Amino acid sequence: MKINLKVWRQKNENTAGKMVDYSVNEVSPDMSILEMVDVLNDDLIRKGDDPIAFDHDCREGICGMCSMVVDGRPHGPQHGATTCQLYMRNYKDGDTIYLEPFRAHAFPVVKDLVVNRGAFDRIIAAGGFISVSTGQAQDANNLTVEKAVAERAMDVAACIGCGACVAACPNGSAMLFVSAKVSHLNQLPQGKPEASRRAINMVKQMDAEGFGRCSNVGACEAECPKEISITNIARLNREYLKAVFTSTEE
Amino acid sequence: MNWFQSFLVSSIGQKIIMSLTGIFLMLFLVVHLVGNLQLLHDDGGQAFNLYTYFMTHNPLIKTVSYLLYITVLIHAIQGILITRKNQASAGGMNRYVKKSTYTTTLANRYMAFWGILIFIFLVIHLKDFWYVMKFTSDLEMVTYPGETHEVKNLYQRVAVEFKELWVVILYVVCMVALAFHLAHGFWSAFQTIGASHPKYLRLLKTTGKIFAFLIPLGFALIPVLFYLFK
Repeated sequence: MKINLKVWRQKNENTAGKMVDYSVNEVSPDMSILEMVDVLNDDLIRKGDDPIAFDHDCREGICGMCSMVVDGRPHGPQHGATTCQLYMRNYKDGDTIYLEPFRAHAFPVVKDLVVNRGAFDRIIAAGGFISVSTGQAQDANNLTVEKAVAERAMDVAACIGCGACVAACPNGSAMLFVSAKVSHLNQLPQGKPEASRRAINMVKQMDAEGFGRCSNVGACEAECPKEISITNIARLNREYLKAVFTSTEE
Repeated sequence: MNWFQSFLVSSIGQKIIMSLTGIFLMLFLVVHLVGNLQLLHDDGGQAFNLYTYFMTHNPLIKTVSYLLYITVLIHAIQGILITRKNQASAGGMNRYVKKSTYTTTLANRYMAFWGILIFIFLVIHLKDFWYVMKFTSDLEMVTYPGETHEVKNLYQRVAVEFKELWVVILYVVCMVALAFHLAHGFWSAFQTIGASHPKYLRLLKTTGKIFAFLIPLGFALIPVLFYLFK
């Protein structure tokens, strides 16, 4: 089938970008949307044009590297899936697809569809870790974790840090990401000793990066490829309040 | 900055201020509506005028009213600050060429717009009644049987105002804005202070929807009934 594309082309952070039209012939329904761009890029390179830059890595929906806003939706129209898992069988001959980068003040465009998500790394570095060694497998078995707590922590541990929540949020807020990381570690016994410091420092870094304020719209939850719930945002708010008003951390 | 100042300017701190002031304003709406329903008594305004006298002379209520003025201002100013910050964080209004709005609703997408409408309404509403009541001697004085003091006849002023069709339309339109604002704001306020739990989340959301429907409906009915029947 033939697919028409409107793709955001931007040389670098400091130049203005624009939408450019392309069309790809003989698109197989078994291709992912990224593979279709691969085919287009192959064609562009043969013609001596600049290929479209886009982020990708594992191409099986677990690394969080692929980004892209497909027809106005981060990771495309599918629910609970990443861009690399969006297959062309969802489209028909002659369809037009818009490809744009994840947009937020804190995610500057590097080139075309590639944005710099280093802000997330700096938020993790501010507290998304456990400082001491948590031991080997047998040590994990010695620490009892209630089943329900383990499940809740596991649900948020699924966050791949792709940034779709920020790209979807009308406020450019990173609260779903930060709430997932804080909810994951603060609920588990290994994460408890640093719970207050983690909540305060991660929120502080999130603010310093220029992310927006959550207004509980829920767009993040709807677009999250790992279906992380905004009840975690309420948990982050609780963890943050508890840390600010009851701990000695500043 | 000490720890408390850092909290106040943090993203979550700003939202918590919005939430707490919002909850206080929602409580005020309930009290205000119950009071205003006195207007519907068929007694020529006696119940309403005695009620307004009580509300403007009770020292506790007077104190709370100052708190209310401050709360409205904090909620409005904080709302503007947050909205401006959020527009910058998202990367402007036209961040995507192809727009998708399926994850948002009329209520939550235009929270600030509804808020601005409500604020404009407040200015008009306060000028019409609160200012006239407090700072002018335009209202006639009445003494009801069994009462030793004169009271201002605010009821008469209300009856005159609500005979104007454009005033009635303005009030109804602004109450629609209030309904949208509350439809998202009620639940959102609780989510922000961390009150979200699978056991009562649905109750909270349903209560919010009912609250957002009934309270503005109650307010909107008063001018409509006055226009049609009084």
